[in-house]
Amino acid sequence: MNITKSIEELHTLLKNKEVTPDELVKESLLKTKEVQEKCNAFVTIIDNPRITEVTDNPLSGIPFGVKDNYSTKGILSTGSSNTLKDYVPIFTATAVEKLENAGAIMVNKTALDEFGMGGTGTTCATGVVKNPWDEKRMCAGSSAGSAAAVASGVYPFALGSDTGDSIRKPAAYCGIVGYKPTYGMISRYGLFPFASSLDHCGVLTRSVSDAAYVVDAMKGIDDKDQTTWDSKDIHLVDSLSGDIKGKKLFYIKELVNIDNYHHPSEMLKSHLENFQKTLDLVKNLGASVTEVSFDQSLLNALPSVYVCLSCAEATSNMSNLTGIIFGGRGVGNTPDEIMMDHRTKGFSPLIKRRFVIGSYILQKENQERYFNNAARVRRLIVDKMKDFFKSYDALIMPVGSGIAPYLDDDNNMIDNDEVRCLEEHLQIGNFGGFPSITIPSGFISNMPVGVNITGNCYDDENTLNIAYALESVMPYKNQIAKDDKNE
Amino acid sequence: MSKYKAVIGLEMHCELKSNSKVFSSAKNAYSDIPNSYVSPVDLGFPGILPTVNKESVREALMMALAFNCETPEYMYFDRKNYYYPDLPKGYQITQMHSPVGVNGKIVINLGDSEKEVLIHDIHLEEDTASLDHYSDATLINYNRAGVPLLELVTEPCLNSPEEAVAFLEYVRRCYQYCDVSDADTKMGQIRCDVNVSIMADGDSHLGTKVEIKNVNSFSNVYDTIAYEIARQTKLKDEGRYDEVEQETRRFDEETGTTIRMRSKVDAIDYKYFVEPNIPKYKISKDWLEEIKKSIPMLPRERKLKYINDYGLSLYDANIIIKDKDYANYFEECIQLGMDPKTVANYLTVQIIAYLNKEDITLKDFYLKPEYLKQIITEVNNGNISSKQAKEIFNKSLEEKKEPKTFITKDNAQISDAGELTKIITDILANNQEQIDAYHNGKSNLFDYFVGQVMKETRGKANPNIVKEILNDKLK
Repeated sequence: MNITKSIEELHTLLKNKEVTPDELVKESLLKTKEVQEKCNAFVTIIDNPRITEVTDNPLSGIPFGVKDNYSTKGILSTGSSNTLKDYVPIFTATAVEKLENAGAIMVNKTALDEFGMGGTGTTCATGVVKNPWDEKRMCAGSSAGSAAAVASGVYPFALGSDTGDSIRKPAAYCGIVGYKPTYGMISRYGLFPFASSLDHCGVLTRSVSDAAYVVDAMKGIDDKDQTTWDSKDIHLVDSLSGDIKGKKLFYIKELVNIDNYHHPSEMLKSHLENFQKTLDLVKNLGASVTEVSFDQSLLNALPSVYVCLSCAEATSNMSNLTGIIFGGRGVGNTPDEIMMDHRTKGFSPLIKRRFVIGSYILQKENQERYFNNAARVRRLIVDKMKDFFKSYDALIMPVGSGIAPYLDDDNNMIDNDEVRCLEEHLQIGNFGGFPSITIPSGFISNMPVGVNITGNCYDDENTLNIAYALESVMPYKNQIAKDDKNE
Repeated sequence: MSKYKAVIGLEMHCELKSNSKVFSSAKNAYSDIPNSYVSPVDLGFPGILPTVNKESVREALMMALAFNCETPEYMYFDRKNYYYPDLPKGYQITQMHSPVGVNGKIVINLGDSEKEVLIHDIHLEEDTASLDHYSDATLINYNRAGVPLLELVTEPCLNSPEEAVAFLEYVRRCYQYCDVSDADTKMGQIRCDVNVSIMADGDSHLGTKVEIKNVNSFSNVYDTIAYEIARQTKLKDEGRYDEVEQETRRFDEETGTTIRMRSKVDAIDYKYFVEPNIPKYKISKDWLEEIKKSIPMLPRERKLKYINDYGLSLYDANIIIKDKDYANYFEECIQLGMDPKTVANYLTVQIIAYLNKEDITLKDFYLKPEYLKQIITEVNNGNISSKQAKEIFNKSLEEKKEPKTFITKDNAQISDAGELTKIITDILANNQEQIDAYHNGKSNLFDYFVGQVMKETRGKANPNIVKEILNDKLK
């Protein structure tokens, strides 16, 4: 099969007419059906994708997937929520439009935790998304379907979105690359909002260079999104030299030092050992790695700050889902009853819980205590990071506390307070809008784990190049998920 | 009139003019066809984002400056969250933390006196959709959703319905003068919320405030306030003032009364927070300066100028500033060198009467200032009589032809003294009998001679000059 190859390889094949876009799409759709049966990764499979011509654009003629919280004109876009189960938008998200203009071919819409509000891939309206490396395990979320599809080789890339770690965590659990660029580099117009100040568009791929190709095509200032900025001087693909001599990286002692954990599991030990091995590879490349101390109280505040801000913004952002203009009309005698019926039936309990939290936080009498204080702590955390970026190029950290958990006991991990901050530190990237990329960095019990590199705002070239260099000295580039049981 | 002092505060919403809406690219205009000026942004579809219309910000800042407000260093917006079918996003983008203007003041006229009205703030926001209620259904029209809306909030410093309406009329006029809005209440472009409380002379603190929402015409504002003062006064007089509740009411046009909507206890918590999709941006000093310079002279300043510089009466000046078009017409005429008092006379009498009769505005009035000038110049030069001027005025309007087409040699007045002396000499020569009778005391024969001259000249002789010559000849 050709479809499992990288963008560069596919482009060469397409240019040499050794394969046609039509053939690639057929391969991709075949794979889609396989992965749908195995992992339940998709909301919509597009029967007749619009075949494009092969041009000099490296993305032309290449199939891709889109997370179902991107608005796609004429194609069902549900956000994996029952509130929008029949919603067919009248406009296409800027990011998707840019890829289509580049000639890429959308072949499916991937499942996510309802509206991106979840980190497990288990709260999609279409059901649980399973990890292609082991179907008994989760993919993490919310970009679960995109991660499962890319890891399975359905296409070289799929779009994701990232509010807390929704691209970078599933990438780690599925053994692939997940990249969210600096806030505002890719237009969010047409991305269903979760928490606007934290939401990022991004991509899941199997190599850093593929991620660079895709984001080079997606980025750019957009009249429809006032938070976008002009990134015409940023050329991600061109900046991948692989040379990181003299680069300075740092990691956070409090989260990575095994001595800070009173009851470390075997899994955690293996994971952190693997991380140390990864650091050795970085040093071998000529970069330095420094252990720094981050205020423990700030780290401890991370999860609650995230909950406060994201739930508050989400409550407001999703107030448009009333079933009045779009979505199924609710039943009732008054407008209030109609809206309430729609929302009561449409949302899952998890989301409702977050709305209640968000409303509570925004209430006049609580705003100062929760919302404003959370915003202040966010500022402190970001300032601290900016301080570090004065001396260092990037933060390097392990993703999560181990491999993807089993689907039937996902609660265990979330309840484990000791590793909570290690599980959630990627949110720092959203607080500051920092460019952040996860790449696969090894295996524990035949399941992939990942490492994350986060740089300063607007420093995407540097951040990606560090990931690129590290990727080149590890054997995980372009890997496809293997389900051992089936071999 | 109530024996208590009424304390009134107003919130005045006015739709602003612009090509597109305040946060979307849909057209900002009125249409008879519902839901024709609508973009995905106005409908709050998932994934839409607001983009600020700079023109609306300019207009808002202009009014903030015109009303002597302090303007903020940074521009940003807030979300006001509530559920209602006319609010597609479930929140309205408005300004709570940092309005375009705060602490302003506006001087208004009340008969012969003036009053300074304090402005709490003025802020830019988006309008909601409009709802048409029928017996079995309500229809939603999104043409209005996202139209730029300027909300002006006064301090509670007005004391009567007359003052409130005078204030609203003045502010509306300012919007029109600055060309930021047509400010047409008939088109629903202005809507008001009214706060009313009463207090006795000896009371040290304000009474219980009652808010009446969505009053949509100035006469309704008047009736609302008058009714509320009466209602609250009656309760206070009867010792039942505790029944006046801090609550929200609405005005019922049919009965002319206000009706309770909800009490303070049920007040909505709008959960305001900063709109994250519009980055905070600095308002440049240069831009602010540019906006300040572009503010035209406001009606009150114009009135003072008309009276002091042009010698107009207060009465005439008040009529002229009532409408921006009147004032601009008047000033254009002055620019063309016409006499202010003569122009004011034409404007306040003939022109306005004509506009009223024809039910048109000055924009559609055929006699532009340069045409009016043709008439006035001929009158001043004594070429036509005022009677003729009136005829030409009407003829010109009737036939839509320049006045000068009707001022021909043929109908021009004969003011040449030599020519008239010759005619008069001939007439007198043929009327010796009448001359004798005149000298013998029949003084009313003077008019007979004038009549003869008019007959001879077919009415074109300048009567003043004729009288002068006759007086001279008949001495």
